[in-house]
Order: sequence, then C-alpha cells, then structure tokens
Amino acid sequence: MRRTNRIFTILVFIFLYIPMIVLAVASFNKGKDIAVFQGFTLNQYKELFRDDNLLRLLGNSVIIAVLSMTIATVLGTVAAVGIHSMRGKLRSAVMGLTNIPMTNPDIVTGVSLALLFAFVGVLLRINAVLGFWTLLIAHITFSLPYVILNVMPKLAQMDPNLTEAALDLGCTPVQAFFKVVLHEIMPGIVSGALMAFTMSLDDFVISYFVTGSGFVTLPVEIYSYTKKPIQPKVYAMFTLMFVAILLLMVTMNLLQARDNSRRKKLRKREAYR
Amino acid sequence: MSQELIRLTNLVMEFDGERVLDSINLYINDKEFLTLLGPSGCGKTTTLRVIGGFLTPTSGDVLFDGKRINDVPAYKRKINTVFQRYALFPHLDVYDNIAFGLRIAKLDEKEIDERVTEMLEIVSLKGFENRKVTSLSGGQQQRVAIARALVNRPKVLLLDEPLGALDLRLRKDMQNELKRIQQAMGITFIYVTHDQEEALTMSDTIVVMDKGKIQQIGKPEDIYNEPKNAFVADFIGESNILDGVMLEDCKVRFFGRTFACVDKGFEKNEPVDVVIRPEDIDIVEADAGHLCGTVTSVTFKGVHYDTIVDFKGFKWLIQTTDYCPEGSYIGIRLNPEDIHIMRKSEYSGMFGDYSSYSAEYDEIADAEGSEDEA
Repeated sequence: MRRTNRIFTILVFIFLYIPMIVLAVASFNKGKDIAVFQGFTLNQYKELFRDDNLLRLLGNSVIIAVLSMTIATVLGTVAAVGIHSMRGKLRSAVMGLTNIPMTNPDIVTGVSLALLFAFVGVLLRINAVLGFWTLLIAHITFSLPYVILNVMPKLAQMDPNLTEAALDLGCTPVQAFFKVVLHEIMPGIVSGALMAFTMSLDDFVISYFVTGSGFVTLPVEIYSYTKKPIQPKVYAMFTLMFVAILLLMVTMNLLQARDNSRRKKLRKREAYR
Repeated sequence: MSQELIRLTNLVMEFDGERVLDSINLYINDKEFLTLLGPSGCGKTTTLRVIGGFLTPTSGDVLFDGKRINDVPAYKRKINTVFQRYALFPHLDVYDNIAFGLRIAKLDEKEIDERVTEMLEIVSLKGFENRKVTSLSGGQQQRVAIARALVNRPKVLLLDEPLGALDLRLRKDMQNELKRIQQAMGITFIYVTHDQEEALTMSDTIVVMDKGKIQQIGKPEDIYNEPKNAFVADFIGESNILDGVMLEDCKVRFFGRTFACVDKGFEKNEPVDVVIRPEDIDIVEADAGHLCGTVTSVTFKGVHYDTIVDFKGFKWLIQTTDYCPEGSYIGIRLNPEDIHIMRKSEYSGMFGDYSSYSAEYDEIADAEGSEDEA
C-alpha cells in the first residue's frame, strides 16, 4: 500500500513538473528542433537579454505586479482588520462577499471591468481610457481578496488580549496596531503579498481586456506569440520566470513553516504547564 | 488602610440584553489587596475589565480618586493589568516586553534601563533579559507579565486569574511572591480568582460574587467565619448547611434539639440557615453526643479524614484526624461558637448537603472552576 502510494506521488510530480522540465531543457538546446537535444548552450539567454522589447514588457509586468501588490496589501490588511472587528454574522457576510470575486471566472471579471472603465471614460470624457491606470486598478481589485484571505486567519489566531495589553501599557489604538498587531499578523501579510504578486505577474485574461495598446504586460504580449512560431529565447524567459516564482513560493512556505513551529512551541509550553 | 481610591456605584453591565453585572457597589482603598472571588460567569472578570477600561458600563459610575473615569480609555488610566494568559508580546524579548510601556511613555533609555533592571530583580528574572518569551516556562512568563505591568508604577494593578495556569507548587510560591511584591511596592491589587484558598491566603478584603451580584464583602476571617448566605458558606470552604429556627437570641433549634449559639438580632422563631464547618465538629462516644449517626464513608485526605455521617437521613461532612471506620455509630458535640446562623436567602436549600458526596467531588469542582470565563 505504502509503495503504491509512493509510486502514485512520484507519478503526480512527474505529471506536474514535466512540462517545466521540457521547457527548461529546450531553453538550453542548441538546435531549433524541440524533439532533439543538440547540445548545451546559453545563447538563448544571451539573446533574451539583448531583446529590449521583451525586457521592457517584463519590466511592465514587474512594475504592475509590485505596485498592485503594495497597494492591495495595504488595503487588504486594513480591510481584514476592519472585518475582524465586526460581530459574528456581519463578519461572515462580509467575508463571503470578499470571497466571491475569487471564484468569479477571470473572463467575467475582465469584461465587466472593461465595461466599467469604458463607462467611466465616457463620463469623464477621456478618449483612450484603457492603459496603465486601468490595468493597475484591475490588478489591485483581483488581488485584494487574496490578501484579506491570508490576513484574516492570523488575526483570528492572535490572542485578543495582546491588543488590550498594548492599550493597557499606554498605546493608542493606532500605536497598538503598529507595535503589536502588525508583528503578529506579518506572516499572513507576507504570504498575501506574495500571492498578490504572483497573481498579478501571470494574469492574462483580465489584463487582456483592461489594457490598451499603450501599456502591455508580458503575458498579453506572449499570447500573441502563440499564433506565430515561438522564438527559443522565450523559453529562456519562461524558465527564468518559473525559477523566480518557485523561489518566491519556497520562501513563502519556509516563512509559514517557521511561523507554525513557533506556534507549536507556544502550544506545547501551554500544555506542559 | 488608608484613603479610598476606586469606587464603583450602581454599576450595571449588559451584553445583548443579558445582565452580567447587577448594581455593583464597591470601594477599594489605596494599597489594599482586594480579591473578586466567585465561580465562572459570576461577573468578576467583567468587573475587572470595567475598571481596566476595556468595557464601558451600561450604567453606573467608575470613580478613580474621586473623578469619574467611565469615558477615559484604557491607555490613559493609571492602571495596569496582568492578563489571564499573560498576553506577552511574542516578537519581543523579556527586556523589551518589560520596557514596552516605558518606551510608549517616551522615557529616556537610561531610566528605562534602570527601571527594567530593578523590575527583573524584583521578579527574580535577572539574566533573562535577552530570552525570547516563548522559550520561558509558565511561571517565568507569569513573572514577566507582572514585571511588564509594575514597571509603569501604576496606582492599581489588576490581575485576572494570573496563577490559573500554574501547577500547585508554583502557584503557592507565586502567591507569596505576589503578596510580597504588593506590600513592598505599596500598590493596590485587584485580584480575580475562583480559587477560595488563594483568596483567603492573599487578600485584605474579599468580594464574593455570584450571578453578577456581590454576595458579601469582608476580611478573609469574616467571610469564612460569618458567611452571609448559603452560597458564600458553600463557596468558601466546606459547610454543612441545615434548616433551623431561631427561637430567641443565642438559641437555635434544628434536628429536633435546641442548641446554644452566639448569634443575635433575629426575629423570634425566624426560619434560618445553620452553618456548621466540618472541621469544628468534635466526635465523641455515641452516648455522650448531642447527635448520633452512622459513618457511611471515610476518605483519607492527608491531614485529615473526610468522614460522611448520616444523621437521620441528612448527611454531614466531618473533617477529623480521628479515624472512625465505615459503619461505626458515633456521637458529635457542638459548642455554641461552632454554630453560625444565616438569614434565609435565594440560595437556601441549594447547598450544604453531602448526600451525593463522593471522593471525586473536589476534582469535578476544580475542573468546572478552571474553565474560561466569558
């Protein structure tokens, strides 16, 4: 039984990771043919870094990801604190409302945001409303629930007496938040931020609808490539992106593991006494 | 005792229409060690939280030094709290936890250092400055919490069941320690506990509470020796509580016999509750006793035996060092000062009968008592 389990797990991993491995191998391949490995080369990486257009697009994606992550994290944390302070029924109702956009199909979100922006554009008499700002607003909108979802459990796990202890020792409510609560919920904020970042970086569907020709992100541009034969330097870029996201995810998991073990230690102490 | 520091007048607290505190009237003197004692849900923690500023009373006033402080937020009160589960800041080490309040008050680091060091000495935690609070034992965390509160030199320290999570030995040590600190620093302590022994050991004044009302206020000796009603008599120590009739001053009739007692001031033939403490009862030969009965169970408790004796169907608890085997027929004698008379109250008939007594009695009571309060 145990052996079959193990084999099954390995199969799942192969299934999940083989596309990435193929891509990585292809990015180091000398030949043009994907099917035959003709020798190791870094040429495609060199070419990638010589391609200003691709780098500019990557830059656009990173700018949007960083900005939307930052704003969504601040807004989401504040929102989570607000929701947490609500009473039972109202709280679960509001949580439900914030969760719905996550399950909403991207294409619906994308089209409805595009419509909203067009409407606002007409109202404000702006001609080409779609562009950097609409893209940023859209990315903030869809990453917000992920931040809230990551911060809420940390607030719930926190000993409510901690805030009171801070007030008791002379903190104003705002000081209490920055000096105590923020430290306690930091792991949730960090994982929420990382999630917002990756969601933004790889979003295609929503971005496709809400951006104009003036400001294009990498995924939107690459989508148009798939209609033409793909240049091998794109493999190199994808491999780099995969590695970057992988590193982010590993960091996130390590942070979570550290937080869990700290919590476990505390619990053990409590049980011991 | 010196002058009055805190006064609660007609304090009422309601949560969602449910009355948790019902007209609490209480004054607390400067430098007093006052204990709020009662079972889970009696309102003792709520009272403490009102004084600390974490709850605003539905009606009634909280006065501090003669000034009304109902609307003064917690961070502006000269009161500090030791929380039930300590609520130490996990991201700070021992030193920074204790220094927290002083840094908020923006004292200069030199003075902070002096005061923190002094506090560490008082709670015997020297050398622990840079330890993480999560690496400390329960007793040590407890002392950090006390130091963190006391370092601000509050006029009043509120303690919410601070020893509840500690084991028995440590709890005894900490009881003495707290009393010592309170006397050394001359600070008013308001202490919440459900542990009657703890309350008797440490307090200058005990306030017994139940169902959101104060049942009795008094010195530990008075509370124990002269409980006001059946609830207090039962909650503080063990008690045999019987129905009786006060014939006249110093004469009470129960179990078909008239006994001399020392209580006065009742109506003629007023029905009363009679309290007899289990340790006050003298066991004698059957023919020399005021009352005679059969021993139905004996439990060894270390210092004494818990002996249950059946007197005409009513079971008494007697604590004695004399071993009387189960089934033996014995007599008891009651001296006038062993009998305490209480007026009838809503609690009459609810307590003081040991018919259902068993050896696990104490454990069950403890388990219930240690539950968290709402």
